[in-house]
Order: sequence, then structure tokens, then C-alpha cells
Amino acid sequence: MSKKTIIPIGPYHPLQEEPEFFKLHVDGETVVKVDIELGYNHRGVEKLAESKTFEQAVYFVERICGICSTSHPIACCQAIEDAGEVKVPERALYIRSIIGELERLHSHLLWLGLAGHFLGFNTVWMWVWRYREDVINCLEIITGNRNHYCMMKPGGVRRDIKGEDIPTILGVLNGLKKPLDLFYKTVNQDPVLQARTRNVGILTRQNIIDYCGVGPLARASGVAIDVRKDHPHAAYGMVDFKVITTTKGDVFDKVDVRILEMFESVSIIKQCLEALKKTPGPIDANPAVIKAGDGIGHYEAPRGEVIHYIRSDGSNRPARHKIRAPSYVNVATNRTAVVGQSIADATIILGAVDPCYCCTERMAAIRVDNGEKTLTADDLIKLSWDKTSRLRKELGAAGPVLPLD
Amino acid sequence: MVLTSRNEVLQNLRERLGNKIVSVFEKNERRIYIEVAPQDIVETTKVIFRDYEARLQTASGVDTPDKIDIYYHWAFDRANCLVTIIVKLDRQKPVIDSIAPLCMGAEWIEREMWELLGVTFNNHPDMRHLLLMDEWPEGQYPLRRDFRLPKKNSPLNPLS
Repeated sequence: MSKKTIIPIGPYHPLQEEPEFFKLHVDGETVVKVDIELGYNHRGVEKLAESKTFEQAVYFVERICGICSTSHPIACCQAIEDAGEVKVPERALYIRSIIGELERLHSHLLWLGLAGHFLGFNTVWMWVWRYREDVINCLEIITGNRNHYCMMKPGGVRRDIKGEDIPTILGVLNGLKKPLDLFYKTVNQDPVLQARTRNVGILTRQNIIDYCGVGPLARASGVAIDVRKDHPHAAYGMVDFKVITTTKGDVFDKVDVRILEMFESVSIIKQCLEALKKTPGPIDANPAVIKAGDGIGHYEAPRGEVIHYIRSDGSNRPARHKIRAPSYVNVATNRTAVVGQSIADATIILGAVDPCYCCTERMAAIRVDNGEKTLTADDLIKLSWDKTSRLRKELGAAGPVLPLD
Repeated sequence: MVLTSRNEVLQNLRERLGNKIVSVFEKNERRIYIEVAPQDIVETTKVIFRDYEARLQTASGVDTPDKIDIYYHWAFDRANCLVTIIVKLDRQKPVIDSIAPLCMGAEWIEREMWELLGVTFNNHPDMRHLLLMDEWPEGQYPLRRDFRLPKKNSPLNPLS
């Protein structure tokens, strides 16, 4: 007779960088239900934002998230500009897109590394993060900061990209070509990685529409929504790029979409840099007053659409500032994706959403309540690693081997 | 049916929603605000979500001096247009039907508006605290204008 067991993941768990609580109801090895509890990281950002001026609000929302730290400021600036009918100079638009795409590169690389770690391929993790370092260095050259770039302001950007920095940035982008090709080949050819990710955690097209899912998660299930293409903002209407979609919606497709998107990002940055050379001019419209009215700004963050709604009453502060980050809708899809899967796969499915809890709160872990059996946090990642080593033996393959430089 | 241009969106919504519309405000090329009466929200959502396949981005609850406004932000992705459906609720007794049974994406945001703004959602499938702790006292709504931080020695004060 099978017993139902509840396995709590969280609020604090080595699987995740931030607190959130997933309660997995398992029957034997199979997950039958998932409860998600948020709130462990709720900081009251929306309330606090009402006490900041518009300029301060942009600085403030940048601190919501440490990974996609420029997505919130871009969306926030666009909301303020929408409310105040501010026109942003063209050069500033290109700079916004360059920073945004560099951030997408480092965020996707970060996720790819973590996915490797969850699956027990720590070489993938180390090597991917080594190339992520190049992207972060590049951001440091442009903005002065490895993270929290402080580049956006209502009406434009704070710093210009100097002509003399462009060859350095191009050098970093060209250097990424080889590792990206290698990651793509590894993921598509390695039998162990395929066995761990194919047909695991499937989200159908209808699931995405029901949950209103966004970002790479939606695109992996064949829903071609991308704010950059559908609602052109920053410089995305002026450059040429493809919206990457796949059809199956399993973990493998989510990996695939993100890797292919990195190639597009590299191409977008190159086009923007080319355009920067031909687009002189101011980088800031310096709006003096933000008119009263409602403003909505949305931006395609690495994890999907982030939306900011701002109500301006004509003063220098927002009367209401609503923030919805992509993980808020995407984390909810786990209620469908994890059900019916084995606990050993739960780690990678929960991770495949690329959850960003800070954003969701503006938030997983394992313990057994009824004392039948106790799984510690480490056990969960170990379960995932054990499955990988079992598959390695069965398939007689070593798993991805990344050659040194 | 998927709408592919802003004018198509406006025209179709005007036709289908008809006298449910209280007012329409065209902010600019990409933003449309439509106010409907609170009792029409489920019907309106059916038209927008089911028939025109728009995506619910989120909903914002706004506390104003005499009303509580709820802004449902819908994205018409193929038409490059965002439509905001506005309902204005009585501030003393804000009650509205839940759209979560129709549109799963609204489940969490309605829970959030209930605990932070004190809006009651009828027929919500799973109404409980989302962000605040379960012990949070009733009648204390942090996003209301008149909310005061709990006293210093109260367990509800994060600084205590």
C-alpha cells in the first residue's frame, strides 16, 4: 500500500538562492500535488516606492532583483515616460537595449550553469560561469558596475557608451561565439543530459495560456510572445532579431530556447553598437515635470515580461506604483509542471522556471512532516545527482565534457 | 479570435462590450483604458480572455479618497496594444466577483489584493494569505492610505 508523504522544500534550501516554500505531496516517488507559499521575502516595495521621487524610484526598483537588475529600471522608466509623455532620444534607446541584452546574456548563462549543477554536471556549471564572467566584466567597462548598473533614468540613460569602448565590447561578444556553440552542441548531443531533460516537466501551450505565463517558459511551449517583438520598446523596433520558440515545453526545450536566445542577444548588441556610431545626440530628455496620469511600462526581462504601472498625480512622486515580475506568473506553473513527475526530477523542473523570488515578492526545500521518512535538503539534490549517475552507467556515457580553452 | 491592430481591438471591444462600457480613454497609440461597472467584470473578462485571447498581465488595486479602483491590465500581443479594464469599487465595502475561475493567472493577484487592499473577491477558488503571514490581523490593509505601521512592540512590526 502506498503512503502519501509531504516533502517541504524551503523556505531556505541550498537549491535556491532565496527563500520560498514548495510543499510537495508525494505518493511513493511521484509528486501528486504542489503547494507554493510565498511571502518569505516580501519587502513592501510597492508601498515604499510611494515615498520616493520618480528619480529615486528608478534607483530603488533596481534593488528589487540582483540578477535582472536593469529590467525593473527600464520598465519603471518606461512607465514614468508613458505617464508623462516623455520622448526619449534615439541614442539612449540603443544604450538601453545594449545593457538589457548584456544582462540577458549573463542571466541566461547563470541559469545554464545552475541547471548543470542541479543535474550533477558541475563542470558545466564552472565553465558556463567562467564565460559569464566575461559578460559581467564587459558591463563593468560600460557602466562601472558588475551589477546594479544604474544606467536608467526617466527620459534617457545616465552614462554614454564611449566610441573607444566599442571594440572591447565587440571583442567580448566575438569571444562568446565559440563557447555558445559548444554549449548548444553539448546540450543537443549529450545522451545523459537528454535523458534527464527530455519529456520532463512538460507545460502545454494551453497551460501557458491558462497561467498567463511569459518569457522563455512560454516560448518553449510554442507561445510566441516576446515583449521586445510584440510591443517594441527601447531599440528593439529598430533592430532585426528572431523570437525563438520550440514546441514541446519540456525542460530540454527550456534549455534550448535560452541558449538560442543568447545568439540573438549577441546579434542585437552588435546591431545596436553599429547604430550607436551613426547616432550622435543627447542621451537624456531631462523631463522637468511628470504630468498627472497613468503610465504602464513593460520590458522583456531574461525571465519574461516585467510590468510596472505608475499613477502620477502631477507631483514628483508616484501616487501608486504596481510591480509585477515574470516569476510571479511563472512560478505558479509549477503547480502543473511538477505533478506526475518523480521527486528526483522535481529539482530541475522547479529550477527550469528560472525562478527569481526577490522579484516575485517584491520565492523551495525538503523535510517530511509525518515522521515516516525524513529527507534533508541535501538529499534532494543528491536524488537528482544519483539519477544522473545511474543514467550515466545505463547509457555508458560520461556526460558532457567541456574541453579547456 | 486574435485581434491584430489597435483599431480592431478598440472597435471590437466597443461592439462586444456595448453598454457595459462606462467610459473609454485613449491615452495614446498603445494604451487604452476602459471603465466598466463592477458587476460586469466577469462578462467583460469572458470577452477579452476567452474570445479575443488577450493575456492578463496583472491587476493593480489603487486606493483613492472615495473609491478603490482595480486596474486589470490586458495585453493584446498581436496588436501591440495594452488595454486596461477599470472598475471602481465602494471604499467602505469593496466587493467584486473573482475572475480567477475563468482565468487562472488572476488567482494570486486577487489573493494579493484581498490581503493588501481589503477587496473581497466572490467565488475565488482558494482565498488565503499570499504574501503576508497567516496571523496578520483582519481589517489591516497595508496598501490603504490610512494604514499605520503596527506599534513598535507589536509582533507584526518588522522592526520590533
